[in-house]
Amino acid sequence: MTAHAIGELLAFLVLLTLLAVPLGALFARALGPAAMPSTPERWLYRVAGVDPAEEMKWTRYAGAVLLFNLFGGLLVYAIQRLQSSLPLNPGGLGGVEPGIAWNTAVSFATNTNWQAYGGETTMSHFTQMAALTVQNFVSAATGLAVLMALIRGLTRTTAFDEGSAPAGTPGPRIGNFWVDLTRSTLLLLPLATLWALVLVAEGTPQTLEARTTAALVEGGGQQSLAVGPVASQVAIKQLGTNGGGFFNVNSAHPLENPTPMSNTLEVLAIVLLGAALCFTFGHLVKDRRQGWALYAAMLAIFVPVTLVGLWSELKGVPALEALGVDPSQGHLEGKEARFGVVSSVIWSTVTTAASNGSVNAMHDSFTPLAGMMPLWLMQLGEIIFGGVGSGLYGILLYVMVAVFISGLLVGRTPEYLGKKIEAREMKLASLGILLPAASVLLGTALASATQAGTSPLGNPGAHGFSEMLYAFTSGSNNNGSAFGGLTASGTFYTVAIGTVMLIGRYWVIVPVLALAGSLAGKRRVPSSAGTLPTHTPLFVALLVGTIVLVGALTFIPALALGPIVEHLQMTGVTP
Amino acid sequence: MKSFRPGLVLLLFFTVLCGLVYPLLITGLGQFLAPEKASARTIGAVGQLFTHPGYFHGRPSGTTPPYNAEASSGVNHGPTNPAFLDAVRQRVATVRAQNPGQDGAVPADLVTASGSGLDPHLSVAGAKYQVARVAKARGRSAAEVNRLVDANTEGRWLGIFGEPRVNVVRLNVALGPP
Repeated sequence: MTAHAIGELLAFLVLLTLLAVPLGALFARALGPAAMPSTPERWLYRVAGVDPAEEMKWTRYAGAVLLFNLFGGLLVYAIQRLQSSLPLNPGGLGGVEPGIAWNTAVSFATNTNWQAYGGETTMSHFTQMAALTVQNFVSAATGLAVLMALIRGLTRTTAFDEGSAPAGTPGPRIGNFWVDLTRSTLLLLPLATLWALVLVAEGTPQTLEARTTAALVEGGGQQSLAVGPVASQVAIKQLGTNGGGFFNVNSAHPLENPTPMSNTLEVLAIVLLGAALCFTFGHLVKDRRQGWALYAAMLAIFVPVTLVGLWSELKGVPALEALGVDPSQGHLEGKEARFGVVSSVIWSTVTTAASNGSVNAMHDSFTPLAGMMPLWLMQLGEIIFGGVGSGLYGILLYVMVAVFISGLLVGRTPEYLGKKIEAREMKLASLGILLPAASVLLGTALASATQAGTSPLGNPGAHGFSEMLYAFTSGSNNNGSAFGGLTASGTFYTVAIGTVMLIGRYWVIVPVLALAGSLAGKRRVPSSAGTLPTHTPLFVALLVGTIVLVGALTFIPALALGPIVEHLQMTGVTP
Repeated sequence: MKSFRPGLVLLLFFTVLCGLVYPLLITGLGQFLAPEKASARTIGAVGQLFTHPGYFHGRPSGTTPPYNAEASSGVNHGPTNPAFLDAVRQRVATVRAQNPGQDGAVPADLVTASGSGLDPHLSVAGAKYQVARVAKARGRSAAEVNRLVDANTEGRWLGIFGEPRVNVVRLNVALGPP
């Protein structure tokens, strides 16, 4: 481990915290109960037939989420299929074939951005802008909206009381999805604009042309470069934790991510909202310590995991040293010289802790343990910072479990922020945690057992197993990054990954909204001497322990077959 | 269904706002404020293939053909893949044969493929390794070529982010035709 590695990691965390704290406060003001719709916002609601004062039951809220996502997915599908007859197709690309188009529509609506296609060779500018960029905004906004609903469930005290309410009284309400969606999208826009402009200044292209040419230095002649409206899409793909790159190699591309400065801004953007929302949460529950406690728990997992990755990757591959390669720069296969090992490993853990999935280096070429860290972070459910909104509602599910376990230990009814956590809440939280995990393991098992699953692998042996495990992990948890050696464009993977993306997104959102509804219907109980405080180091340790235990027990057997075996092969045997 | 109208109207509205107004606004501003960069016309924005001994050579590229900026691609070899180890063995032999004066370990960036296949940079060690060869092929002094390498070296951002690096395309432009 070098001093530079520690220094860069530390500098990154300091910058992140300095930006996230004020942004969290701003989000609390803009999305919290005090926010009033502006005049243009009212016009929009009038045209859309939305009554901003209307409050929804969780079932109606969930229905609106699903319907809006369905419409979005259908539009993305239609635009891809028809792109050859739509405007802004300077490269003259044909319509996208149905399987890939379906997979991509699901992928972008679910905030996954798994890419079964090569960006610059498949999607027209119109598709990149009007289909993919739009979903980058609204799928992130959907996550934020669901989080706001859950926070309302936790904070509402004007209780609907099931016992004493007269017949016909409407059930507990958790807010208005259309208002949450609109406000969240409008918050993302100025941030994306700022980031996009800085990226252009650093050298990320933003043009409506499809190609530009550069003179070749050796031998004369021309080099043709694929370009397009790159900066606008890259900015929101990072801020919205989407991750779908304009180019095939994503942010490893020297045009998508030209300098260490652009790299730092992009990697900050990936976790910025996930980190800021911890503080937003603290503001909205009127106890900022609760937000800091969640942030501390996230860092307590993020930092050690990153250090393991850095250690493994800086140590390099023993077989290369034996071939006469200088090990002092670490393992550089699949990495860009301007980022080197340190910026690449930090990115890899950030992008999988968050539900982003953009890459600035090829994860498939990482040393086994450095590749296992991103894999495991995704398997935890992307709750360490996590996706916009989805990270925080994900870790709140684990908070319920941690509170419940500690309640059992001391023999008291568990409660969180004054709301009792009972059997129904526990069932919903467990559903949200277990369904994505089950689809990872069952999907990988299915792929391992079939010819269709194993023939598209890009590497032999244990590493090939890691490629399958990574694909299903990334899809089920809506990450979207890949061990790129796997050819993902065949029928098996387009259908299978598309299916697990749907499960991983909506089979978490629906239980979370049901949980919000259930919590909103509960009275707030005043805290007593027997209440477990949830802002203390003790609780942070309990929460981290719960997350690590669940994550470890579920996935260690699978990890042992892939990266762990490969690590032993790599360090024990020299060719 | 009560949600149909809000769903359709808001989707349409955000498609126009986020899918057309936003990217076109950035395009307009970008082309106005930094036209060279917004159109990717700066020298050395992406890497190029160099084979002449009088030029510095960039990193191995995974695109077909190498340094194809129309279709970026990594190689995606895992570290235990026999094909990967064979490729490195071959590259080490090639690099050593091309730089006969150098008998130390080969800088890793010269024999490992970049992530994009379009990497315009080398590490400082990767560039310095080739100085003697380039100087000899051009009949210039090693000190002179070394000075050019130093002049084309960029440091870390804020002294801490990323790696020190040499843009191979710009360095070769500065050297001139061999």
